[in-house]
Amino acid sequence: MIHLWLPLTLVSVLAGAGTYGVIARRNAVLVLIGVELILNAANLLFVTMGSVQGDTLRTGQVLTLFLITIAAAEVGVALAVVLALFRSRGHIDLSEPGA
Amino acid sequence: MTTLDVLFGAVALITAASAVLAVTTQHLVHAALWLVVTLGTLAGCYLVLGAELVALVQLLVYVGAVVVLVLFALMLTRAPIGRSPEHSSSAAQQIASAVVGAGTTALLAAVLLPALGSKALPTRAGDTQGIATQLFSSWVWPFELLSLLLLVALIAAFAVSRMPTTPQERTAATLDERTPVTSDAGTRS
Repeated sequence: MIHLWLPLTLVSVLAGAGTYGVIARRNAVLVLIGVELILNAANLLFVTMGSVQGDTLRTGQVLTLFLITIAAAEVGVALAVVLALFRSRGHIDLSEPGA
Repeated sequence: MTTLDVLFGAVALITAASAVLAVTTQHLVHAALWLVVTLGTLAGCYLVLGAELVALVQLLVYVGAVVVLVLFALMLTRAPIGRSPEHSSSAAQQIASAVVGAGTTALLAAVLLPALGSKALPTRAGDTQGIATQLFSSWVWPFELLSLLLLVALIAAFAVSRMPTTPQERTAATLDERTPVTSDAGTRS
């Protein structure tokens, strides 16, 4: 038996830390790390709820696998954008205005 | 408190602490390394919850691939190795984002915990065979669509990284497009 308040608290903490990272960071790659944390909070919620419901479609775990794939695709494109940004501006500081 | 409660609590503590460190540390490379710890211990959380397949995919894709991509991006953008306080935002912005982050945590906890927090999860072995059967029967079209998404992402990343960004490159690219139309003699030499 696992009491559900444990994973649910971890979901809240991960989402909060990710939100902090997205807003507080100035480096574009570090902002992406915050986005990854938020996505992982969603993943953990999917797995937890999937284990609780126990449906025949295994929705929780299958959707987690899909979300991991989507996150990998997202991070690939996002890092390509960050590199293009670095080539055109010379830095990836998001708080400075663009050229 | 059951054994699994204690186990999950221990792993969750490491996950939460390293997640907070990953978004607060001043070292840029350390942020990526703390992300490794967060994602790895999160795979441990999945294991305790009885989702072995998801835990292994998390290890392979996230810890193996995504973090390597992030580290590559840090290196390619010439991230400083030591402490870099010039990359941290102002104190006011940090306080504001801490308030927003704590608010997000409080809001999610206030919604999730009263609704489901008192329940307990029955432990059972991870049902990998069942997941595989469902993945290739009920979920097969979304699964195929995902392969298309990966292909599109691959081509998009390639196109974005080849895109002309500086003014010189842009003029060179437009000249390159015009050259065959206007005159094809002598310009290609």
